Amino acid sequence: MLRIPCPYCGPRDEAEFNYGGPTHITRPQLSATDTEWSHYLYFRENPKGLYRERWLHFAGCGQWFNVLRDTVTHEIHQAYPMGASGE
Amino acid sequence: MSAPGPYRLSTARQDERLDFSFDGRKFYGVHGDTVASALLANGVRIVSRSFKFHRPRGIFSAGYEEPNAIVQLHSGAEVIPGERAPLVPLIPGLQVSSRVGWPSRSFDLLRAIDYVHPIFAAGFYNKTFIWPSWHLYEGWIRKLAGLGHAPTGPDPDRYDTCHAHCDVLVIGGGEAGLAAAVSAGSAGQRVLLVEQSNELGTNTQRLRELAQVTVLTRAMAVIYYDHDLVALTQKVSPTLSGESANGALPRERLWLVRTGRVILATGGIEQPLIFCNNDRPGIMLAGAAGQYLRRHAVAPGREVVIATNNDTAYPIACELREAGVDVTALVDAREEVPSHLAAELRALRVPIHFSTMPVDTHGFSGLKSVSLGTLNNRDQVTAVSTLPCDALLVSGGWSPALHLFAQAGGKLSFSELTRTFQPVAPHPSIEIVGDAASPPSGAGAIRVSPVGSAARQWIDLRHDVTVADIELSVRENFVAVEHIKRYTTLGMSMDQGKIGQAPATEVIAKARGMAPSQLAHTTFRPPFVPVTLGTMVGRNVGDFYAPTRRTPLHAIQAEAGALFDDFGSWRRAAAFPHPGESRDAAVHREIKLVRAGVGLYDASPLGKIELIGPDALDFADRFYINNLMTLKAGRVRYGLMLRESGVIFDDGTVTLLDEDRVLLTTTSGGAGRVAQWLEEWRQCEWPNSRVVVAPVTEQWASVALTGQHARKILERLQPECSVSNEDFPHLEFRKTRVLGSEARIYRVSFSGELTYEINVFSHKAPALWAALLEEGREFGIGPYGVDALLQLRMEKGFLHLGADTDGTTVPDDVGFGKPAAAKQRHYIGKRSLSLPENVRPDRLQLVGLRGARTAGIPIGSHLRLPDSGQATDGWVTSTGLCSADGMPVALALLRAGRQQTDKVTTVHDEGRVVTTARVVSRVFYDEPGARMNA
Repeated sequence: MLRIPCPYCGPRDEAEFNYGGPTHITRPQLSATDTEWSHYLYFRENPKGLYRERWLHFAGCGQWFNVLRDTVTHEIHQAYPMGASGE
Repeated sequence: MSAPGPYRLSTARQDERLDFSFDGRKFYGVHGDTVASALLANGVRIVSRSFKFHRPRGIFSAGYEEPNAIVQLHSGAEVIPGERAPLVPLIPGLQVSSRVGWPSRSFDLLRAIDYVHPIFAAGFYNKTFIWPSWHLYEGWIRKLAGLGHAPTGPDPDRYDTCHAHCDVLVIGGGEAGLAAAVSAGSAGQRVLLVEQSNELGTNTQRLRELAQVTVLTRAMAVIYYDHDLVALTQKVSPTLSGESANGALPRERLWLVRTGRVILATGGIEQPLIFCNNDRPGIMLAGAAGQYLRRHAVAPGREVVIATNNDTAYPIACELREAGVDVTALVDAREEVPSHLAAELRALRVPIHFSTMPVDTHGFSGLKSVSLGTLNNRDQVTAVSTLPCDALLVSGGWSPALHLFAQAGGKLSFSELTRTFQPVAPHPSIEIVGDAASPPSGAGAIRVSPVGSAARQWIDLRHDVTVADIELSVRENFVAVEHIKRYTTLGMSMDQGKIGQAPATEVIAKARGMAPSQLAHTTFRPPFVPVTLGTMVGRNVGDFYAPTRRTPLHAIQAEAGALFDDFGSWRRAAAFPHPGESRDAAVHREIKLVRAGVGLYDASPLGKIELIGPDALDFADRFYINNLMTLKAGRVRYGLMLRESGVIFDDGTVTLLDEDRVLLTTTSGGAGRVAQWLEEWRQCEWPNSRVVVAPVTEQWASVALTGQHARKILERLQPECSVSNEDFPHLEFRKTRVLGSEARIYRVSFSGELTYEINVFSHKAPALWAALLEEGREFGIGPYGVDALLQLRMEKGFLHLGADTDGTTVPDDVGFGKPAAAKQRHYIGKRSLSLPENVRPDRLQLVGLRGARTAGIPIGSHLRLPDSGQATDGWVTSTGLCSADGMPVALALLRAGRQQTDKVTTVHDEGRVVTTARVVSRVFYDEPGARMNA
């Protein structure tokens, strides 16, 4: 059970959050080829180590935000609002 | 009255006798006894039978690590299987059973297996019981295994869950744990101290003075989750079972503790010595014998031999001798020991033999004598002598209990010096103190006998794994400890190899011809000790498993005799059967009522979401395949919402309530996820949209007045707007007042009949419902339920999302290809609709089926087209009877379905052809829609 530092509410238990998958994904132009578009829809990186992802504090402020987490140690290095780019 | 039991020492506290039964025989113990100490005091040597060989086994330890004394408590629904006897406090009248042996525990004919033990080596089951099928043998083998009997009814006990926060969690209430707690508490930190037994160590005065230190006794830390969340289980009810259901106390509590730091003062687990026939009743860990002596004044035997490879057995030998127990010898595998230890023991006239270890034992049901081998300086046995004894206490050194450290991700490696696993590097959140940090046994010596049959040297008592099994698995090329563990089942029983892990590592290393320090250990998986499922579940059982959602009209419908059923998270009226009427008959009658007269339906669970703000309509338009920008105030439009993959996500209506206010309806089950979906896009993709997403499902109750008389009845309630077809046509909306309250009336229809969906504030709904029934009485109005509605809509070919669609369905599959393609503006999912997969000509398409009079069309049955080369060409998604002619009709997803019109498919259910069906239009009733537009 992670302890996630919500940028709006402070550290809270993982049970209060929903996971939203990887963040900072660039959507291709609508004119992209079918292959490019399918790749955007279905292919995700699954790195061992640092990973930027989205979380929703549904049982708190209801806000989405970004998290930089280590997928090996689960250490959370950063939590920052939507729209920010992180360090 | 003297304390009961022939092995109870005269120093025992004089106390009231407690009776209990073991396998039906009555015994007596005293207050403070555990089941194990009471059995020992009564001289009950055989407490169980071993798993494979049915060898007699006795109590081996005094704690959670017990491999032999696994007992079952109580009977009937209150049965608790798999309890470790040393941990069960004795209570009056306790029923204890071993659940082993045939015909009995002490005389077990199945011990015959023991005499043909070479057949039953590692992998025996895998090699033997595979032909023709394991299932042929399974029942018989399970019976032999003696794993206890399941309770006969639901658990009558109650369990609780607690959450706690602290700065420091101290695990273990011995001297080291106490000192750590006092130190952290004195520094002003919030401390939680956890101790598995009833009592803390001796020095508790300072601790009691510290207000910020909380103590939990009878609690064990079992799971170390990420980010320093530790789960504890605590035994609460003193009576163990049954009575807690009626009493104030739960049987157990699960604590979830989020802590800043953890101090492990978990001590160690004594390891055995490994020698021939080291499993006989009467052989016990030396430390355990010390505890039974100190806590319960119980002697391990009348003639005791102690065998050790370290210092820790010496004080126990002294204590036993001082308590009057006849300790006939202490043998030590080492050549020499600190002189004061030997001097103390010699002063008590206990003979000591150095460079000596047990190599074999003798007896049938119990221990009669031990063979002792003399070791030379290369650990070879040079001479053997035999000593009579009825108890042999062994100590093979202490392994620190670092299971939680390992669970937390801490790395351990085998130390050649202490002969146990020790931390490789510190863990940032964990401090280890006391015996857990440095084993009291110090440097270790030999603990596996170099002579004797390896097939009779037990490493894992619980699962009957011997040194020979490990050697065999290595010969059969199992290299990794994980594989050896699984092949031999070493350490896989309920004690999870707490006793014997260290010697096992040495045996594996020797068989593989390498140093033990080169070997890894198998993963220490949570929980540390077995946890009752009830403790994990807590109060979330029965009605509390998940919240039940009831509509504001629940009570009034219940009074009307509604039959309720679960539809997603909602408990809704499925039908309103008359007394004596079946559910099917009621549904049939309700359908007729709506088609021929007028009915009333509680549509309150329908999802309702308001979008508020200047960009509300523009925002909504980005989600639907339908063009909403042309929507006029007061108009309603049906639409489909897609995922980015183009798959249909939800459907419902969109109403322009006002210039800056849009109301969306969703499926009843989709209300939550649609609101979350809209909010996700608003926050993450279009943060500049001036719109608020407000879920309002629970604020508005919704009553559907349906049927040809609906208008006349609504008029009688005198709404403040005209309800004539000219002034208020189908797919329009009016904000008005009904019965003096604000009301939103929608002309939408899911049944195909003239319908007014009247929305009022939830608390006004019962009055509206009652008034509509009253005014409708002369038209024969009656309520109808979800079952009827689903059939009414099926006949109209309207979609039931999730039933007629699945996780692959795109708009064209269900006949919405045109609007989806026609909308110029981009919407979520549009780009994906032209992906090759989504335009394949053989996609499944929703069609109607008309069956034969002779048989119904089962829902979920598969379809095959004539001359089909496929295993299946689709399946039935919704079924019912056509209200016009009573024939079975259905909706189905069929391969290239729209091109199959008039073809006859075979209908397959459970592997048989059950009927045939003709492919037709999916609208079976009033195709032009005249009735709902009337």
